[in-house]
Amino acid sequence: MNTYKNCILLILSLTTLLSPLTAQLDAQDPKLYQDLNLEIIGDYRYYFNEGAYEGQLQHYPSLAVEQDYYVEWEDGVHSIRFTTFFRLDRDRQRTHFDVRELYWQWVKQDWELSVGMKKIFWGVTESAHLVDIINQTDQVESFDGEAKLGQPMVHFSYLTTFGILDFFLLPYFRERQFPGQKGRLRPPFLVRDEDFRYESNAERWHPDLALRWSNSLGIFDIGLSYFYGTGREPVFLPDAENASFDLVYPINHQVGLDLQATTGPVLWKLESMWRENDLQDPVVAVAAGFEYTFGNINGRGLDIGLVTEYLYDNRDALALTGQDNDLFTGLRLALNDAQSTSLLFGGIFDLERSSRLLSLEASRRIGESWKVELEARILDNIAEEEFLALFQEDSFAQFRLIKYF
Amino acid sequence: MKTKRIIWVAFFAVLATSIFAQSSAQKGKDIAITADKADQGFESLIVDLTMTLKNKNGQTSTRYLKNETLELTADGDKSLIVFNSPRDVKGTATLTFTHKSGPDDQWLYLPAVKRVKRISSDNKSGPFMGSEFAYEDLSSQEVEKYTYNFLKEESYNGSSTYLVERKPVDPKSGYARQLVWYNKDKGYRLEKIEFYDRKNALLKTLTYSGYQIYLNKHWRAANFKMVNHQTGKETVLEFTNYQFGVGLTDNDFTQNSLKRAGR
Repeated sequence: MNTYKNCILLILSLTTLLSPLTAQLDAQDPKLYQDLNLEIIGDYRYYFNEGAYEGQLQHYPSLAVEQDYYVEWEDGVHSIRFTTFFRLDRDRQRTHFDVRELYWQWVKQDWELSVGMKKIFWGVTESAHLVDIINQTDQVESFDGEAKLGQPMVHFSYLTTFGILDFFLLPYFRERQFPGQKGRLRPPFLVRDEDFRYESNAERWHPDLALRWSNSLGIFDIGLSYFYGTGREPVFLPDAENASFDLVYPINHQVGLDLQATTGPVLWKLESMWRENDLQDPVVAVAAGFEYTFGNINGRGLDIGLVTEYLYDNRDALALTGQDNDLFTGLRLALNDAQSTSLLFGGIFDLERSSRLLSLEASRRIGESWKVELEARILDNIAEEEFLALFQEDSFAQFRLIKYF
Repeated sequence: MKTKRIIWVAFFAVLATSIFAQSSAQKGKDIAITADKADQGFESLIVDLTMTLKNKNGQTSTRYLKNETLELTADGDKSLIVFNSPRDVKGTATLTFTHKSGPDDQWLYLPAVKRVKRISSDNKSGPFMGSEFAYEDLSSQEVEKYTYNFLKEESYNGSSTYLVERKPVDPKSGYARQLVWYNKDKGYRLEKIEFYDRKNALLKTLTYSGYQIYLNKHWRAANFKMVNHQTGKETVLEFTNYQFGVGLTDNDFTQNSLKRAGR
């Protein structure tokens, strides 16, 4: 519990530090703009089956708070963003606090510089995020890997006539967090930070580097990236002696490509990643597919989108995501009504095993400042040799209510 | 002899109609070009928007937006729209590069996941933010996007107007045709548009009000009111804080500025 106390103290002290600073800015600069937003998120998650492992529960009411403070001065030339996230859950490991973002940004005509904790997203496909590797995944927060931990960085972005060049210096590494004794979606054993070793002697302080070039050329949007440093995804090396796993964060060289072609109602998407380190054979993964949208089909705004993506990973059953030779297919409905009602239903089907992963995500706004979300994930017939088989009993449905302040 | 005469009469009749048709098409297009030219030279513009949606029971909901536009003459304008409310979409922004011919380029920024998505601009007939405005009603009105037909001069609300019928060139438009009232004494500003659906039934009426002139030539309405005759719903767009000559450049319309736009 001490960590939470520390975190709350940290927020309080930062807020106290920032407030005289902004008050001073206020007096000096009439162009100062600031904004504070708060979200309170109430969840009820229910796992259909009893846990496979000792200590696991079935009902998980949970509460989360996200605050976002933004201030800019000199007409937006300088700004600071500060976003924190806190979740309270029945599982002690899922109860967590994170500084999602805390950075200062300086914007000039054709470049911008950011220093601090920041979140970066790269990629185009819906069912896999192969090239998106700047931030550590917030594994305990979301099942789809889309929640991320804040990453300390110096980020320089430069606009050229041939696209945008991004340079990243990432001085510190953040470990992936795993559920605790009472948590679901975990292996039978508990995974803790001290169970991991690092390939680099510098451990968390290995300075990582990343570069990205991106551009839009007619119908094409392309991104090419290179990363050198501590892999965000740990390597599970089978340890024959103890009949368990050796958990290592390797030093990776990774090249990523993301490409989209937009032709009429169809979006063609490709993501590909090549990764090399000293601990495993080179990894090659590809996600490729299309999204076809039938727009405004009833004349009142109903859009129906069909998404299909093929997923390949040469690690075969050792791919942590289980997406080694799979097909994702999904249906997206958007009512485009005043409440922005939308629904995404889909499944990832293993093409050579029995594994199926079905999912449903739906959301609707209520009034001006409330939103309800429904999420369900069904793990069906997961083949024994896949990592996901550890979560075989962990199909769940979740109801979420969000209030915005 | 008689048949010959009939053929000649028919020939002249057809010729006359086609000349007349040509000239009314030409006159319609000339009006659109004059209207376009009359507003040229605003260079860049920032404006705040309040969008009020009203359903047929009179219940309303309100959204706040901001729009930045960069005028381009060689190709269509560039524009950035930022959503400030409802709260769940706050910070969401779109970047559009309009093209005089062919589909527009459009990107969407989702602040929660920090993701920029290139989206299809194909679905132009769909509603914008659940409102009675379709995307195509709000996109940059380039002359090349329609064919024209001048109908008549008409008095509208005490002003002399040209009534022009225009048909969208794009087969994906939700409209068979539109009737447009141009104010001939006030820089050819728009007073009213009637939208006819693909079945040629009257779908919506857009009326402009609260006009003010900026920089001695640019007429801007403070109110756009769109009424949907088929559903009974309406949407009012209120424009405040027009800022001309803000010196925006291409660098303010990039994916980086799209990410920053939501603040």
